Amino acid sequence: MKLKSILLMTGAALVAAPAAFAEEMADSMTLVSWGGAYQASQTKAYSEPYKAMNEGLEVVWDESSAEAVAKLRAMSEAGNVTWDLVDVVASDAIRLCDEGLALEIDADEMLAPAPDGTPASEDFGDMLVSECFIPQIVYSTTAGYRTDLVGDTPPTSICAMFDTEAYPGKRSLEKRPINNMEWALLCDGVAKEDVYDVLETEEGQAQAFAKLDTIKDDVIWWSAGADTPQLLADGEVVMGTTYNGRLFSLIEEQKQPVAMLWDAQVFDLDGWIIPTGLPADRLARVKDFVRFATDTQRLADQAKYISYGPARASSAPLVDKHAELGIDMAPHMPTDPNNAKNTFLYNYEWWADYRDDLDAKFQAWLAK
Amino acid sequence: MSDATDTGPVLAADGTPLKRSLQRALRAQKLRALALIAPLLIFILVTFIAPIADMLFRSVENQIVSETLPRTVIALKEWDAGTGEAPGEAVFAALAADMKVAVEAKTHTKVAVRLNYQKTGIASLFRKSGRQVKRWDLGADAPFREKFLDIDEDWGDVEVWQTIKTYSSPYTAGYFLNSVDLELGPDGMQAVDEDLAIYRLLFNRTIFMSLVIMGSCVLLGYPIAFLLANLPLRSSNLLMILVLLPFWTSLLVRTSSWKVLLQQQGVINDILVWAGLVDDANRLVMINNQFGTIVAMTHILLPFMILPLYSVMKTIPPSYVRAAKSLGATNWTAFWRVYFPQSVPGIGAGCILVFILAIGYYITPELVGGTDGTFISNRIAYHISRSGNWGLGAALGTILLAVVLVLYWVYDKIVGIDNVSLG
Repeated sequence: MKLKSILLMTGAALVAAPAAFAEEMADSMTLVSWGGAYQASQTKAYSEPYKAMNEGLEVVWDESSAEAVAKLRAMSEAGNVTWDLVDVVASDAIRLCDEGLALEIDADEMLAPAPDGTPASEDFGDMLVSECFIPQIVYSTTAGYRTDLVGDTPPTSICAMFDTEAYPGKRSLEKRPINNMEWALLCDGVAKEDVYDVLETEEGQAQAFAKLDTIKDDVIWWSAGADTPQLLADGEVVMGTTYNGRLFSLIEEQKQPVAMLWDAQVFDLDGWIIPTGLPADRLARVKDFVRFATDTQRLADQAKYISYGPARASSAPLVDKHAELGIDMAPHMPTDPNNAKNTFLYNYEWWADYRDDLDAKFQAWLAK
Repeated sequence: MSDATDTGPVLAADGTPLKRSLQRALRAQKLRALALIAPLLIFILVTFIAPIADMLFRSVENQIVSETLPRTVIALKEWDAGTGEAPGEAVFAALAADMKVAVEAKTHTKVAVRLNYQKTGIASLFRKSGRQVKRWDLGADAPFREKFLDIDEDWGDVEVWQTIKTYSSPYTAGYFLNSVDLELGPDGMQAVDEDLAIYRLLFNRTIFMSLVIMGSCVLLGYPIAFLLANLPLRSSNLLMILVLLPFWTSLLVRTSSWKVLLQQQGVINDILVWAGLVDDANRLVMINNQFGTIVAMTHILLPFMILPLYSVMKTIPPSYVRAAKSLGATNWTAFWRVYFPQSVPGIGAGCILVFILAIGYYITPELVGGTDGTFISNRIAYHISRSGNWGLGAALGTILLAVVLVLYWVYDKIVGIDNVSLG
């Protein structure tokens, strides 16, 4: 009798268990990011305060964002998605959304409104570039130069990159067509608003390559964001492009003789995507975390640790001083009016189409 | 006993024919042997053979188009690209029906990504159209041709339809053709535009540079292995540690230290400038090019040449060389005619190891190769982890595998694989 009742209870518990768990939130989650200073800023601004609110929660970080598209596709094919939230650049988010690997979101329902009640979709505004994308930061790909190697006339325009007479020496550019093709055209006399129309044509592409040809022998091509800061610090290059946060730490934290060349900086976005096919408890957990981590205060907090601009309009006034250096962060944001006098808007839709083709052409051009 | 049947089968003690009895005994042994190697066999099947087979399959697989757009593919059979005009209403109606289903399942963008590899612009064409098609009513909203053309005039582009038609079969040679700078055109194979051709160049460069790296490993490794095998134990042990220390050091550390040494503001250039051999304004460019890749990879792969050479040389009895000398041979003759031929199996083993490792290397060329020092493996890595074009990556990898197997076969014919010794 006793045994029977125990068995019955166990059976009932087993049947009820999945239903019960579905209501609850998983007690661990795996976040994927880029490592380094950027991931550290996310840990301090998002996950540590969230952990303090949720005792017993385990947060695992995976530094795989650079290969997120390939790895998510492999996980999805294997039917075992182990990631809960993935930090990717906007172009990867569009691709993941296209392939059905990222969850479509409803910004107003899932994300917190601004403190004054503005709905999230308005607060993020144009930053919501894909149905699956939850923006976090605005960063820019921009140039820095060695102050001691440029003589008395420091460069003020991105076109200094193409002027090897006034600024002799090597320069470093990213080993991909994106941004470089646009800058080449801008410095070859194409108006900013016409760049993508020109680049769409064979002649326009040839024009961009011809401009890049003029400096091809003077370029060191980088593929990791840390390359340019290293090359600048070693004096290997006189100027080079990289992400603005990397240059910030080179200049302000490592005190190298380097200055920013904000001209024609290209804004890009970085944010979260939620993989599709998560079990209910993990999905509930990650939704809860995302709501917290992308609210107005949290996005502003992140700027205490790294010089990337918060993606919410309502966060900008809250940007404070650097947590360790104590310097005012606002003037170091790519979105600061002084830095954003001349910016270039990256066209996601266009690159989603032309990326494969132009990349093949770019690599063929490089190899020749 | 002697007249016992010498025509019948030989019987074992229990009366069964000896042959069968032996077979039974052997079968048990074979099973036991198989059971012993089973863990390794299964491991290799699962982690090595199966992935390779999967990769081979991916390089020709193309079911996504016919699965996502089944009606369109059938309707397109009637259409002839030669007319120079986009297909008629029947095809557009089929497309609308297919898109409607695909949008529900969110697979229309997947097939768009696939087709965009072949024809730029299809990705956004499908994405844009999907948003509209979602709201259509298949019964009431016909005809669809004008509606599609309203969304985007590219639906009237013959090349778009040509691409869908060309890549509609469930299996395609397209990826392999792309890997050798060809493509599927309206009339079968054709060369890709010159400004897109890159893979043949990269294959040739990969093989050429791997051979150069292999050659420099032989030149540098042979004397060291010789010393290792012939010096007194105490000094050869020290030398061995010097060979093994870098071997145990992280690949990234070694590659990065070559950057520090070879860059223009690096140690070697500094010394040359200080010694007055090189002008400060014209420092040597030794990294981010082929030279840098060859130097760094030779260094990294050198132990794979030295160790097989050493283990073979260790087995060459010193008495042979002494005998040759006592018979009047000069030092050189004794080495070249007696010692060297005996060390050839070691060279063979070292060369195969170094060459095969070199041909698939990608981290070092990526870090120090610049533009003219990168390998085909860098493109494979790019397609697998960045562009997402796994089919092309798989085709390139398959070709690389085939090249290695062919070279191995040639090597076997010329040198003979039996002449390879690891010790």
